[in-house]
Amino acid sequence: MANTHVNPTRMELTRLKRKLATTKRGHKLLKDKRDELMRQFLELVRVNKALREKVEAGIAAANKNFVLARAGMPDEMVNVAMMAPTQEVYLEVAERNVMSVDIPVFTHKTRIADANNIYSYGFAFTSCDLDDAVNSLADILPDMLQLAECEKSCQLMAAEIEKTRRRVNALEHVIIPETQENIKYITMKLDENERSTQIRLMKVKDMLLEEAHHYKERQAEGFAV
Amino acid sequence: MYKVAVIGDRDSIYGFAALGLDTYPVTEPVEAAKKLRSLAENNYAVIYITEALAATIETEIDRYRAARLPAIIPIPGVSGNTGMGILNVKKSVEQAVGSDIIFNGN
Repeated sequence: MANTHVNPTRMELTRLKRKLATTKRGHKLLKDKRDELMRQFLELVRVNKALREKVEAGIAAANKNFVLARAGMPDEMVNVAMMAPTQEVYLEVAERNVMSVDIPVFTHKTRIADANNIYSYGFAFTSCDLDDAVNSLADILPDMLQLAECEKSCQLMAAEIEKTRRRVNALEHVIIPETQENIKYITMKLDENERSTQIRLMKVKDMLLEEAHHYKERQAEGFAV
Repeated sequence: MYKVAVIGDRDSIYGFAALGLDTYPVTEPVEAAKKLRSLAENNYAVIYITEALAATIETEIDRYRAARLPAIIPIPGVSGNTGMGILNVKKSVEQAVGSDIIFNGN
């Protein structure tokens, strides 16, 4: 991957070496982050699955009750009964930081302090099936809110894990090998330069000596004598 | 202070009104998308939506997937459970792990 041009200089070499050290450290940290996120995510997703099954079963049962209730009384009566709810649910949203992912934490509050005060109608004109139905739905509400919290956390964490995984892979398979390759290229180039300088110096030294002492001439004379 | 909303066909959601959640009976996908958008901007932290309706505006819902709020949660309606909710959980697992290791393909 030395196709990108790097200057074979000592300054560039130090820069690359420093970069490699940082990259390796970053890679290790991100890898740890990914592993921990994954562990927490798997725990959370199991809870999510259980909660969802529970809530879905609960809602299905409540729906059955509502169908029964509607069958037992006229539509208008049901509409009137539900028209003005006494209760109101508010949520307070806090944040929890799990491995740099901000996941929401819901705490719910009701307008009327008594959470059991859910019947928005007088009991005179409605069937008891409606009471059952509303009650069964009220029972499942805390779980539903918990499910919302859990499912949102799962989605956020899944997105973060995907991001982290990509970063780890990019560092591991692209950035680190590339930097190592470049460092190798520069070291070799510098070594090569050094060798060529040394040879040049040796040659120059030979030539200078020759000029000063005339070895070759003397040698030739010696042979002649 | 955030609120909780429920969107879906009227029969599936009118019960939630008694609990103090804000119900918005909608059946048209276009209208639902519009409603969802306005709710998301309007201080709703959790929006429950019936699975049947959620299936028609999936792209709209996916926009809020990465956002911190609101949490958009599909719930089964009166017409029955379509399995979409659990599919969503599966999707998260697949996104994070790369393959589905929790549900083992069922």
